[in-house]
Amino acid sequence: MAWLSLFRPGDWLLLLTGGALVGATVPLFWQGGFADRAIIRKDGEVFAQVDLRARHNLSVPGPLGTTLISVEPGRARVVSDPGLRQYCVRQGWLSRPGEIAICAPNRVSLQIAGRTKAYDSLSY
Amino acid sequence: MTLSVTELSVSAEDRRIARLAAAAVGLSLIDAAIPTPLPGVKPGLANIVTLLVLARYGWTTAAWVTGLRVLAGSLLLGQFLAPGFFLSATGSVASLGMLALARHLPERWFGPVSWSILAAFAHIGGQLLLARAWLIPHDGVFLLTPVFGAAALFFGTINGLIVARLMNEQPHSGPLHA
Repeated sequence: MAWLSLFRPGDWLLLLTGGALVGATVPLFWQGGFADRAIIRKDGEVFAQVDLRARHNLSVPGPLGTTLISVEPGRARVVSDPGLRQYCVRQGWLSRPGEIAICAPNRVSLQIAGRTKAYDSLSY
Repeated sequence: MTLSVTELSVSAEDRRIARLAAAAVGLSLIDAAIPTPLPGVKPGLANIVTLLVLARYGWTTAAWVTGLRVLAGSLLLGQFLAPGFFLSATGSVASLGMLALARHLPERWFGPVSWSILAAFAHIGGQLLLARAWLIPHDGVFLLTPVFGAAALFFGTINGLIVARLMNEQPHSGPLHA
């Protein structure tokens, strides 16, 4: 094709190098590799910090009853909660740093944390 | 009181820069009209003009054309001094810096496609650093690096090919009709 003849040898080299570099950034920045622990809070105080590498089940007692939390390698979720609307349960698995499921009625929250501290929100 | 007349002498070079900058502004307006899934992922069509000017008239003219394009383009789009203006200015400074180096690459091996790819990477790199430092001060910005990098590679290659083709069609210096 005519367009291909416009490439010079170095252009191909640069195209391939660029492609390889972009490919290399995908796992580095985009596999959620930063998530390393789950922080479970009760009444705003840290109740437990669980490493995300191992399987773990946790029951957290709150004013309404017990909130069940399940941790699997790389992700965590609220399995059951006595709260009325079940928002935190319906959020499902959390796997990225900064993600949080809040069971407000039972005053329990589950947050994924990474190496760097994440902001909840930013506004200007 | 005496009337004094200030005469601005306009050289042929000035006219050429103005004409090329106008072409670049037109292309950046087209750019802005193309819907994109993510802010920052744009074809960057105006860079075609920058690269052609660089090849034909040298780096200084290319820098003038790019600077005027960023300024006039932002005025026309109502972006002047808004974050988008600073992002585009930073990207342009970074890519012009890269082009200052890239144009010394051996011509036999590296053509406009190389220039364009390098400039596109420098452009998005500068913008990401500015966004990290100022607009979104959190490392989460870099999660989008693969997307921006892939877009830079893709559009950089296409723009470079367009430049190479235009240079093949008009190999000798002459008035540019962009």
